[in-house]
Amino acid sequence: MANAPAGGITPTHDTGTRVTQVFGTLAALGVAWLCAFGLLFSPADRDQRESVRIMYVHVPSAWVAYLAFGVTAVASALYLLRSSHSLTWDRLAGASAEIGVLFMGVTLVTGMLWGRLSWGVFWTWDARLTLTAFLFVTFLGYLAVRRLGGTQHQRAKRSAVLAMLGVLEIPLVHFSVRLWRSLHQDATVARIDGDPDLDGLMLFSLFVGLIAFTLLYVWLVIHRQRALVLEDALDDHGLDAALVERRAEAALQGGGR
Amino acid sequence: MAERIRWIRWQRTRAIAAKDLRVELRGRVLLNQVIPFSVLVLVLFGFAVDDDGIAQRVAPGLIWMATLFSLLVMVQRTFAVEAADGALDSLRVAGVDPTVIFWGKAMALAVQLAVLEIVLFAAAIILFAPTLRVSGVALLTATWIVSTAGLALVGTLYGGLTAGIQGRETLLPLLVFPVVAPVLIGATRAVESGLGTTGAAVSEGWPWIGLLTVFGAAFAAGGTLAFGPLIDD
Repeated sequence: MANAPAGGITPTHDTGTRVTQVFGTLAALGVAWLCAFGLLFSPADRDQRESVRIMYVHVPSAWVAYLAFGVTAVASALYLLRSSHSLTWDRLAGASAEIGVLFMGVTLVTGMLWGRLSWGVFWTWDARLTLTAFLFVTFLGYLAVRRLGGTQHQRAKRSAVLAMLGVLEIPLVHFSVRLWRSLHQDATVARIDGDPDLDGLMLFSLFVGLIAFTLLYVWLVIHRQRALVLEDALDDHGLDAALVERRAEAALQGGGR
Repeated sequence: MAERIRWIRWQRTRAIAAKDLRVELRGRVLLNQVIPFSVLVLVLFGFAVDDDGIAQRVAPGLIWMATLFSLLVMVQRTFAVEAADGALDSLRVAGVDPTVIFWGKAMALAVQLAVLEIVLFAAAIILFAPTLRVSGVALLTATWIVSTAGLALVGTLYGGLTAGIQGRETLLPLLVFPVVAPVLIGATRAVESGLGTTGAAVSEGWPWIGLLTVFGAAFAAGGTLAFGPLIDD
């Protein structure tokens, strides 16, 4: 009984399939392509010189992080609103949030390095920066709530509500920081990534980065989502196994009496 | 009929709020522990800042920081009372609507927070010596009311989320602090304008009241919708 498959998944099953192989290969090619364009082919910037190359990692990771949190929010809403309350949506939300936190961490670190090089400071209390930092912390909390335990549907409901509240928080934090800055500090930092006259090759490299990172995100989310399915199956399996053991024990005691 | 149901719901909300306040009156946890703790936080801030001019300038922020720390303690307390002996489950079994529980507990928490804030405000005036001005009283009162409501609603909502879970003591701050950041920013700026500590005019404080009101309304709606699914496991 201990070796029987639980939930139709055998213990040796891994999370790779033809789909992930395709996405994985494409993502690897995309990243290689990005390295070639970001590090070799694209020119150094007139003002920022070589440090402009941080942009090719920074902007795509920021995009993926926001995309990931968006997917988490939509999947959470679908879990709550659909009458089936399918755990598939919950696992997609969880997987996406994990990848989102990872990429938001990359965004913050690369942003700080870039900020130090081009503005002279690691951090500035700009509305967008502050919101990004808050989202990072909020989703760290979200991941912590997912690990709280309880049944799978308890976890799903709790974390889905939390993700919805996180969405509610975005406009409030953004607006409050903007109001704060507009009232108390005249000059905000010039936005470098919003610069319209980027060199053509730079823009193309950035575009390559966006595609490569999006593919990477899809590949990672599919794997993580499947790993979560396996974790849940293991959970169920563990419970089943414990029940069987306990019953056998009870039967043994009953027989000995 | 609808009128009658609404009346019953209001009565139950009041009953739950009254119950929480009665627990406080008998246990005196707020009076004997939370208020001294919050004043102590202000004193420690005074040590950390160690400059009369700066302390006076940042006094509004310190009041709200101390309030936020105390909020966590109070939320934990108000749900520890419910988690012990499965009181929350008993309330649910008794047929009390989760929304009613949410609003009842939020009301009781708001009353306690309001008292705490007055004490903290007075302590900050004494310790850091910002001067009161008559023109700012209306703004300060408005800030007091809307911030308290917002904090109580958020505190109750996230308190319900973590109620009865192992390790909630460490999780609650991580969840609540990012969410209440707009209140910290808004209430601090409004009090600064009310007192004039940074040279801000009273009129500059009123937009913040708008923000704080939106915040409170958002979490009133969020809590009304979400509290049921959260505690209904």
